[in-house]
Amino acid sequence: MSPTTETTADSFVLLRLGERRFAVAASVIAELVAPSRVFRFPHQTREIEGVILRRGRIVPVCDVAEKLIGKSLRSRRFYLIAQRRYATQTEWVALPVTGDCELIFAEMIPASEADLPHVAGWLSHAGDVIEVLNLAALTPGPGVASPSTDASLTHAQEALL
Amino acid sequence: MRLPSPPKPPSLRAEQIILFRISGQIFAVSSASVKEVRSVDTLAGAAKEISNSAIRKVRHVVQRGEHSLYVVNGAVHFGLPPSPAALVFVLRRTRTALLVDGIEKMTSMTRLQALPQAFNNEERGWYRGLTAIDQAVIPVVKPEGFLTPDELLLLDSSQQASSAAMADLIAQLPADDLASIVGTEDDAAGLRSDSATLGNRSDAPPFGFKSVGLDAASAQTTHGEQDSSSKIISTFQPILTIDASDLATAASVASRISSVSTIAKPTSDDSSDFRFVQFDSDESTSYIQ
Repeated sequence: MSPTTETTADSFVLLRLGERRFAVAASVIAELVAPSRVFRFPHQTREIEGVILRRGRIVPVCDVAEKLIGKSLRSRRFYLIAQRRYATQTEWVALPVTGDCELIFAEMIPASEADLPHVAGWLSHAGDVIEVLNLAALTPGPGVASPSTDASLTHAQEALL
Repeated sequence: MRLPSPPKPPSLRAEQIILFRISGQIFAVSSASVKEVRSVDTLAGAAKEISNSAIRKVRHVVQRGEHSLYVVNGAVHFGLPPSPAALVFVLRRTRTALLVDGIEKMTSMTRLQALPQAFNNEERGWYRGLTAIDQAVIPVVKPEGFLTPDELLLLDSSQQASSAAMADLIAQLPADDLASIVGTEDDAAGLRSDSATLGNRSDAPPFGFKSVGLDAASAQTTHGEQDSSSKIISTFQPILTIDASDLATAASVASRISSVSTIAKPTSDDSSDFRFVQFDSDESTSYIQ
């Protein structure tokens, strides 16, 4: 069996950005929080909007909508708090979403080399084929890995987070 | 039988910080990092304009003994809209004098969170981290982050070249001409115009004690922090010559100011003994011990 056709059953959180749905491995999701104040200060990382305060932690807000659907979310914004693994540690990042998230169980088909770096795999749900997001490639961080390395990240690696 | 007493939670140590404004944005800096707080007017007399500065955020230099102190425009550094600066922070153990709009208040922080790694650009050099004060997140600036070693090298080279050119020019002048350009009223007038440029304030009084601007600094503080703010205004050195009225003003000012070292920390001048201990690397949070 080719690795690209291997499937794994696991839980995922479905999130909505505009009209499109995406999935993130449930193991990396901490919580979904109501809209809250975004604190902004000068910086030069374009993908980061600011930070929110959550449970005593300062969490960067990373607008992934622009990269995924071509425009930022301006309304109905909730924050999906996810764990982002870096070389030496794991940190929370807040992803603005439209709020109606759903927990599902599905089998994921790992991404192929032809897929974009932010795609960890694919799953089928309610007649839709949905991208499973690779947060390590989607959100900024120091020493961003090359696209080929990102593409090789598998669901198993994501689940380790 | 006595039960063992529960372990004591580690006591958190507070670090005193100054919250200041640049172009409407609030920042924090450790008060131990601030050597002096001066009004731009007092600095204007001592500042020399750098013509054609290679570093856009640095337009003036102040000579302090053997060292040049570069005046950094905080708004330009952070990419904020320009705003009229009223105060200058002379930052300890750096060669930076930072132009700021005003002091918001003095307070203390007990927790400093490392800048999240999602921030992956120049800001990593700007900030020590983030802290939450009154349910707001404030970036804590890194004093040495305002001028990189490369920028300092560039500025020093430019200064040396400028000084060498001036020395050559002076060497070529006849003795009479030389006397006419040193220590005259014209010289003072030039410094006055530099002062206005430095702070974008056309109403800047000429020199030293007359322009200390304590009232402005005090008015910018809030929440009953007048006591603190009165302590942060540094000892002002007389700039150029002062007359009798200057001295009277100086006496009045001196009664309202004290050295910044009294508020920085109860420790000695340069010894910042705060230690940051990583308790939980996953949370990337530093606590002040």
